[in-house]
Amino acid sequence: MIKVDNLTKWFGKNLAVDGVSFEVAKGEVLGFLGPNGAGKSTTMRMITGFIPYDIGTVTIGSYNIDDNPLKAKAMMGYLPENAPAYGDMTVAAFLGFIAALRGLSGRDRRIAVDKVIETCFLRPVRHQSVDTLSKGYLHRTCFAQSIIHDPDVLILDEPTDGLDPNQKHEVRNLIKRMGERKAIIISTHILEEVDAVCSRVIIINNGRLVANGNPAELKAQSKLAGSVVVTIHGVAYNDAARRLEQCDGAKSVQNIAEENGACKVRVYPESSSVANGLAERVHAAASESNWIISELHREDGRLDEVFRTITTSDTDTAQR
Amino acid sequence: MNSSIKNIRTIVAKELSSYFVSPVAYVFIVVFLMLSGVFTLVFSQYFEFNEATLDPFFYWHPWLYMVFVPAVGMRLWSEERRSGTLELLLTLPVTVWQAIWGKYLAGCIFLILCLFMTFPMVITVNYLGDPDQGKILCGFIGSLLVAFTFLAVSGLTSAFTRNQVVSFIISLVVCFGLICCGWQPVTDAMVAFDVPPDAVKFITASSIFTHFESIQRGVINSRDVVYYVSMICFLIFSTNVVLNSRRAN
Repeated sequence: MIKVDNLTKWFGKNLAVDGVSFEVAKGEVLGFLGPNGAGKSTTMRMITGFIPYDIGTVTIGSYNIDDNPLKAKAMMGYLPENAPAYGDMTVAAFLGFIAALRGLSGRDRRIAVDKVIETCFLRPVRHQSVDTLSKGYLHRTCFAQSIIHDPDVLILDEPTDGLDPNQKHEVRNLIKRMGERKAIIISTHILEEVDAVCSRVIIINNGRLVANGNPAELKAQSKLAGSVVVTIHGVAYNDAARRLEQCDGAKSVQNIAEENGACKVRVYPESSSVANGLAERVHAAASESNWIISELHREDGRLDEVFRTITTSDTDTAQR
Repeated sequence: MNSSIKNIRTIVAKELSSYFVSPVAYVFIVVFLMLSGVFTLVFSQYFEFNEATLDPFFYWHPWLYMVFVPAVGMRLWSEERRSGTLELLLTLPVTVWQAIWGKYLAGCIFLILCLFMTFPMVITVNYLGDPDQGKILCGFIGSLLVAFTFLAVSGLTSAFTRNQVVSFIISLVVCFGLICCGWQPVTDAMVAFDVPPDAVKFITASSIFTHFESIQRGVINSRDVVYYVSMICFLIFSTNVVLNSRRAN
């Protein structure tokens, strides 16, 4: 549905986006991650045809955004960063205006406006002017604008920015639901969001694509992935560590916390292939020694840690 | 083609309604009407002339428009840029041309409405005497052409900046320049300072005032029409260039 190939953009002498390529198919929600200033918004603006790119191609459906901008734009819904909207219009008038420019008229237009007002929970502010909206409502109004024509492709730049936890939850559910039959790109800083809605993740740093995979694959890159965390009562850390290091496949043991006679330790596996079953072996070792366990779980790895590793090691980036 | 007309119409309607949601538009119309009345009746001593003509009424229009039209046009693009809605508008299936013409036409309609509200002047002059109706019509057409040209100027200046005040001031200065370079006192001064006659002729010909006066005499020359149309087209075209280049960076 969305095909981005070797997208490159210079701002003066500054290389803002450097040869980014990826594809998003129908039914996929792509999480677009990266530190501030990495080129996320720039890339999205190029995909939506707002700013021209220097090298590369962007294809939406079967239309190239350069050759067929109107047809490509018609297939897309776009929520820009900071959710801009015309302040002097009412919510209903604003949505009606967008619907008209999306080619809807008469009854279709009224139905479309009513429908997004329902799906985005905008009924209470329907006749309120956009200037007077709270941030959450403003954001949802602009979000409503992007889905008013039920597009096949959705580009959302920080869709949950400024929403309260309940609203975040609602919007994520909405994105997830729509993701089943659309191609969606969302950019975000919130890594829990990636877990909640994305079927695939790309990470961009200094304008370059540095990671592309599904959330589980990325998490597996974490050095914490596969490690087992256990909290044991009635034993000192040193004794516990000595015993746990003898477990099959255990590489090292780390002390996380020690208090009230309990110690919380992390057991790292020798390799990811022996990580399976490590938790069982740790448990077995603990019961043999008659330790009391109050917590035992296996770590999947953490996205934030992977994100930090990937985006802070500049030398790694340069070598890629 | 059909859809582009529809898009332009949608944008015109939206822009027009945004003029009228705030009280500013009404205040503007009232101030414009009062000033045009004061200038005509008081400064031009309309009644003392004892002539059934609207010449003293139209005479002040370029000067009024110089202040008035930039205020109408200053927000056209600067507001879109400031609030970020430009990104929204240009990622909709709308071309830059459609957006420019939509906004420009909405401004034109607003100006036509303002000028239309001066109809009591026409009724007055018809009540008091027997004026040349063709000349009055020419007067209105000439006046509107000046207003439309100034609107294109302020549309261009507002595309340059995200600050409405800056847009207003630059536009006012440009409009002032366009009037001045054909205004009698200025051309006299140029002659007095030994500016080559050809240069004076060129500068005068490029002034909006020269062409305004020419239409006010009651004749619509193709030369004047070509002047206005080419000015407006050039300014609108430049607006497109500025919007596209600003977008790229």
